[in-house]
Amino acid sequence: MAEHTTAPKPPDVERVALTETAADLLRSLTRAHGPLMFHQSGGCCDGSSPMCYERGEFRTGEGDVLLGELRVDGVPEPVPFWISASQYEYWSHTHLTVDVVQGRGSGFSLEAPEGVRFLIRSRLLESGG
Amino acid sequence: MSRYAAPGTEGALVTYQPRYDHWIGGAYVAPKQGGYFENPTPVNGQPFTEIARGTAEDVESAIDAAHAAAGPWGRTAPADRALVLHRVADRMEEHLEALAVAESWENGKPVRETLAADIPLAIDHFRYFAGVIRAQEGGISQIDEDTVAYHFHEPLGVVGQIIPWNFPLLMAVWKLAPALAAGNAVVLKPAEQTPASIHYWMSLVADLLPPGVVNIVNGFGAEAGKPLAASPRVAKIAFTGETTTGRLIMQYASESLKPVTLELGGKSPNIFFDDVSASEDAFLDKALEGFTLFALNQGEVCTCPSRALIQRGHYRDFLDAGIARTERIVQGHPLDTDTMVGAQASNDQLEKILSYLDIGRQEGARVLTGGERAELGGELAGGYYVRPTILEGGNRMRVFQEEIFGPVVSVTGFDGFDEAMSLANDTLYGLGAGVWSRDGNTAYRAGRAIQAGRVWTNCYHQYPAHAAFGGYKQSGIGRENHRMMLDHYQQTKNLLVSYGDAKMGLF
Repeated sequence: MAEHTTAPKPPDVERVALTETAADLLRSLTRAHGPLMFHQSGGCCDGSSPMCYERGEFRTGEGDVLLGELRVDGVPEPVPFWISASQYEYWSHTHLTVDVVQGRGSGFSLEAPEGVRFLIRSRLLESGG
Repeated sequence: MSRYAAPGTEGALVTYQPRYDHWIGGAYVAPKQGGYFENPTPVNGQPFTEIARGTAEDVESAIDAAHAAAGPWGRTAPADRALVLHRVADRMEEHLEALAVAESWENGKPVRETLAADIPLAIDHFRYFAGVIRAQEGGISQIDEDTVAYHFHEPLGVVGQIIPWNFPLLMAVWKLAPALAAGNAVVLKPAEQTPASIHYWMSLVADLLPPGVVNIVNGFGAEAGKPLAASPRVAKIAFTGETTTGRLIMQYASESLKPVTLELGGKSPNIFFDDVSASEDAFLDKALEGFTLFALNQGEVCTCPSRALIQRGHYRDFLDAGIARTERIVQGHPLDTDTMVGAQASNDQLEKILSYLDIGRQEGARVLTGGERAELGGELAGGYYVRPTILEGGNRMRVFQEEIFGPVVSVTGFDGFDEAMSLANDTLYGLGAGVWSRDGNTAYRAGRAIQAGRVWTNCYHQYPAHAAFGGYKQSGIGRENHRMMLDHYQQTKNLLVSYGDAKMGLF
């Protein structure tokens, strides 16, 4: 297992983006909850899903990487997208797009009661990251 | 083949109620804010009941009821608590088939598995902890001639438990049985994807449990899970799920300095050394079943053997046999007793699996079989089915590093022992692992070298109550199963007693 004593440098290319459906959902969640954030989960059950919280609800630290700040029309502040540094190490060669599907995801993510779930779609970064 | 009737249809063993409220203090209580949500079966995607949408007020009521019950329950004789657990187990055994059908309809898993594994294991879990609590002893330490330290086990009081959706009943019982045996009262929140079967279970055993000892609050994580995890009136929180929510729960728990146990999944390696194929015999047959167990429960198992590491000497032959074995898996209606792989538990889970098949292909993984959604049609149209899938690639691919939680195994080869260990441990997680070898020395050394809490050796996916289960690394904190689980639901009371008359002489 790789050792992570410090977080990797902030990414310098776009690594995370949104679909229009995800932007719509972020607009309505912002109206209901105020400023938002994402943290990318790992592990089982609802792992691999991006978890959406009220900004500051989830405490990030030195073991996390800010993958990007998602700008959404109609939402005053960009939505930060975080991932743990150790998981970033394994995901860094891929670009992530936050999408929305029907479903009832578990976890504490804010959209679950709406009957929809944020989902990550991935593609390879052309430059090799 | 035989087919159980779907719950609520003619001839069915089970009928779900059209609506479930919260079970609080031994009675059903409507949600304070009046909200409900639909609960679909993954078998065909159609709702079959609706469930109370719990909020902080409901959680508070449940914690009140639990506090009222915890004192008397904690003071009952261990023999009396054990008897309650035995009676719960007996009642479940009398209704084993009905519970198996209820669980299959709720989760989408094949009734073949719930009949043979989920429900029998849950029954045995109650019996195991009924036995363990009666055999538990405290301690007496002689400090000096006239001074004795007594160590008593005392319950924590009121504990919170947040249950996952992959084994809704069994995972609930893994948490309930030790907590109740130890003398705690419980507030339990089932997963929002699978909230109904625990209520069917309660309908069978409610008369056996004192009111308030087990309370069930339904709802979503942000609305009902958070107030439970954050409550200063809950002495401990147990959670099974994934890493981000695990961290969030630890964060909430830290606000009132309460302990947590977390089981957060893995990416378990299943390692097949060359000598497995040394003979065409029962052992090879068993090992091939062990390979194919990645599809057990549609892959929705925290310890799914989702990385198969095969030594290069027998790689091609073993893998070809594994592909053939996988292609013989019977996929179909979960209530058919011949069905081996049923439906994924939810639509978003299905979509997540398909997104992994996509990035796997982009990263260059080869699809050796499966690789797509299964459109089963007919009465199963609208259900969430995925073909059992074998991918071949390299350990740094995302499909080798994240729990897909689907019937998908990622296969790669290794040359020698050291490379196998290096691949096995090149993961963030460490929950389960499998080692297959005819050489006991190799198997032992591998088992000790793998950083995982459970190493199945020449077997896989067995879950006896008397074997500890839990994770290394990012797979979690604490253990479930085994007598040691009582430690997670008890605290130690030390009475330090002097039987002498002599003062210390300091003041």
